[in-house]
Amino acid sequence: MATLARSARRPAPRLRVPDALLPWLSVLGVLVLFDVLPRIGVLPENHFPPISKTLGTLADQFTTESFWKAVGNTLQGWALGLGIAAALAIPLGIVIGSSRLLYRATRGVIEFLRPIPSVALIPLAILIYGTGLKSKVFLASFAAFWQLIVATLYGVQDVDPVATDTARSFGFSRIQRLFRVTLPSAIPYIATGVRIASAVSLILTVTAELVIGSSGLGRSINVARSGGDEQLMYALIIATGILGLALNTIFVLAERRVLHWHPSHRPGETAA
Amino acid sequence: MTARQERWLARGLEVTVPILVLVLWGVLSAGSETYYFPPLTDILTTFKDTWVFERVGSDVVPSLERMAAGYGIAVVVAVGAGLLLGLSPRARRAAAPIVEFLRAIPPPALLPFAILVIGVGSSMKIFIIAFVCLWPILLNTIDGVTSVDPTLRETTRVYGISPRDRMRRVMLPAASPQIFAGMRTSLSLALILMVISEMVASTNGIGYFVLQSQRTFAIPEMWSGILLLGILGYTLNGAFVLIERRVLRWHRGARASALS
Repeated sequence: MATLARSARRPAPRLRVPDALLPWLSVLGVLVLFDVLPRIGVLPENHFPPISKTLGTLADQFTTESFWKAVGNTLQGWALGLGIAAALAIPLGIVIGSSRLLYRATRGVIEFLRPIPSVALIPLAILIYGTGLKSKVFLASFAAFWQLIVATLYGVQDVDPVATDTARSFGFSRIQRLFRVTLPSAIPYIATGVRIASAVSLILTVTAELVIGSSGLGRSINVARSGGDEQLMYALIIATGILGLALNTIFVLAERRVLHWHPSHRPGETAA
Repeated sequence: MTARQERWLARGLEVTVPILVLVLWGVLSAGSETYYFPPLTDILTTFKDTWVFERVGSDVVPSLERMAAGYGIAVVVAVGAGLLLGLSPRARRAAAPIVEFLRAIPPPALLPFAILVIGVGSSMKIFIIAFVCLWPILLNTIDGVTSVDPTLRETTRVYGISPRDRMRRVMLPAASPQIFAGMRTSLSLALILMVISEMVASTNGIGYFVLQSQRTFAIPEMWSGILLLGILGYTLNGAFVLIERRVLRWHRGARASALS
């Protein structure tokens, strides 16, 4: 019926850009725009170098060792932050989530600590851990921890009670119930939590590099700005964006692969 | 233990555990000689001296103003753009790669850019807060609009309701639960970016105060600022939940009656 209505509304066939081309066209459009506008003087060229030059600088960066070192430093902070947060938050979330009493007892504390912006702890991190990797990892794992523990708690509590009761009446032990019922049904929540925590961990890593000055992409961006090298600054910002996009894509793909059996990832169904 | 007893126990624990944690902190830190972890009582005294209401006008108000301005701009722009993109699949397709890329940039990485282009004033902070808060609201609005019941959509069209009314009375309300979810995510982002932007380049604000206290080794002051940020985060979140519950009362009601 929808197609009928559509064709009735549009009697004369017009020349249309195929849908598949649209994303490419818009990217191309934006690139051309940011290349032409500074050149003809609509955007001040000293603040906005033409994008082709910036991309050239980025390509040059790909061949330098210092760039890859900065990327490595950032990735290291990100991975350690996320890893530590996951190692603490997921088991803790499962334990707390499995017990009603424990959940109620800790809820107030979690709900109070969670909205505290982790960046408020930057000064404390500097005091205790200095300006190196430790500070970065502390901040990143602190921020990622809350995302993960809340996601895990939701997941564990959203287990279908019928499934749990069935398993219990079939004589499954507590441990068996955990691995066969609770975990499989909580895993989609945990996976989403991990994906968000990964983004948060990256954000806090870059923040730490920028504010505290730990080595990594964040500091390189700041150094490029204070050195007046705008092209390099933009190139590094774009590189950070690509890094963020890449990490997110990896997690989305991994989630789809690992959770292909789950209803939320089957085609044609959406998670409630 | 009966279910009734358990319920009471749970309720009791919910109240007592946070108090116990605070008491424990107070007791453990009492007479603390560790430089970085002053006694809780010291922090509280400093908190009272600093924030009630000595520095409210000079630091808290400017911070909150920037945050409100940035957040407000983000909400207006994101809901507007989200409604338009939600209604047009082709525009959505075209915008997708750009949105995905801009969203993926870790927001603090944009700070040097904002400082360079806009300067170190309040507008830079407002820009960065608005820019970051935009994406969660935008994506949620798009999701909300695209998941409006097609029957509802077609019905309003068949009845000849004008596009403006359709937008205001059908699409916007139908998408509002999703929009609120996005707004809630963005609210905590706004607070975070407010702090970061003040830490990097500012002469006032809570973030500036906290970092400055650390640099001058005014440790109880630093802790009092951290405490204030915590309270602020908690209060903002709580206030938001209350407003959301009020505004979306009809939604919860509708869902409850649909389920029964």
